[in-house]
Amino acid sequence: MSEAEPRLKALMVAALGGDQSAYRALLAALAPHLRAYFGRRIGPADAEDLVQETLIAIHTKRATYDPRLPFTAWLHAIARYKLIDHFRRMKLRRTLPIEDAQSVVAESDDESVAAHRDVERLLAMLPQKKRDLVRHVKIEGLSTAEAAQRSGLSESAVKVGVHRALKALSAMIGRDA
Amino acid sequence: MKTDALIDTLAERAAPVGAGRAARILALGAGGGALVSFVAMVLWLGIRPDMAEAMATSAYWMKFFYTLLFAVAGFWTIERLARPGTSSRTQMTLEALPFAGVALVALVRLALVPAAMRMPMAMGHSAHVCPWRIVILALPVFAGTFWALRKLAPTRPAISGLAAGLAAGALGAFIYAFHCDESAAAFVALWYTLGIGLVGLAGALLGRLLLRW
Repeated sequence: MSEAEPRLKALMVAALGGDQSAYRALLAALAPHLRAYFGRRIGPADAEDLVQETLIAIHTKRATYDPRLPFTAWLHAIARYKLIDHFRRMKLRRTLPIEDAQSVVAESDDESVAAHRDVERLLAMLPQKKRDLVRHVKIEGLSTAEAAQRSGLSESAVKVGVHRALKALSAMIGRDA
Repeated sequence: MKTDALIDTLAERAAPVGAGRAARILALGAGGGALVSFVAMVLWLGIRPDMAEAMATSAYWMKFFYTLLFAVAGFWTIERLARPGTSSRTQMTLEALPFAGVALVALVRLALVPAAMRMPMAMGHSAHVCPWRIVILALPVFAGTFWALRKLAPTRPAISGLAAGLAAGALGAFIYAFHCDESAAAFVALWYTLGIGLVGLAGALLGRLLLRW
């Protein structure tokens, strides 16, 4: 469960009760998350339109949120739907990878885009196998078991590989600085 | 519009939303449609004249429960599909159970009668009209359910349309059962299911077009 979940959920529940300031705080908190989520996937130019569309959808469809369920999952499904809808309108046939619902609150704003570039640059310095492991487990968020299946290694080999790769990465960062 | 201005505008409209709002919209759409269907059935076909005697037979209750349980599971599935970020796998599985039940009864009964009886049993005397009447009686429920879904937030248009069609078809079949005097399980398993399936197919096709938001 992300740190954002309890805070956002509390705001949403208050907003559904008619609390305007909680609702404003919720939407204001969501905007940068959504901007980062869409920005990473379609570029910052079109992202703002989707941010607004998603905020409007959150508003008009808010009766479909069931407070017994995680808010993040609801939010993510709406953002993802708007993203797919965007691709459809652009006449692009794109398959979106299955994502973890946390991905919609995992990042915030433009800093993450720069950070993303830095990570890619560092990863490029690792050998192919280690790079893939880190990418699977730490960036795409696969479980150790899934990564093991994909790379054909045992689960413990994956754990050790990721550990060593991260160690190598932190050594590189040290050398850079 | 700037996003900050949009947030201000939306925040001013934070009218309270009751917990049951989504379910009420769905109940209104499906219930309103079912009412229209029922009146249409009474005026067009009429309730079977031997209703009182029929209610003493297991065949009557089989049709009743098959279609009613199918409809209940169907609308439960829709209630899940209409909410982003929820899973509806359990409900979809439940939807298959009433059919499995009636199909099993049908196979056992068919196996127990002489071969020459099987065809008349499966065809009854109304096989050529039954599925179409179910489709027609399902239309008001179908329209009401789609109206409700468009107010809610189905993120999977084709699947949601299919579910809406199956649920509307099952409810239409339930209403048709007040008129229909067929009693063989094989008849119900074939022709009721065909009618329901046709509405489901129409739902899947229309869902892609109509369930966008």
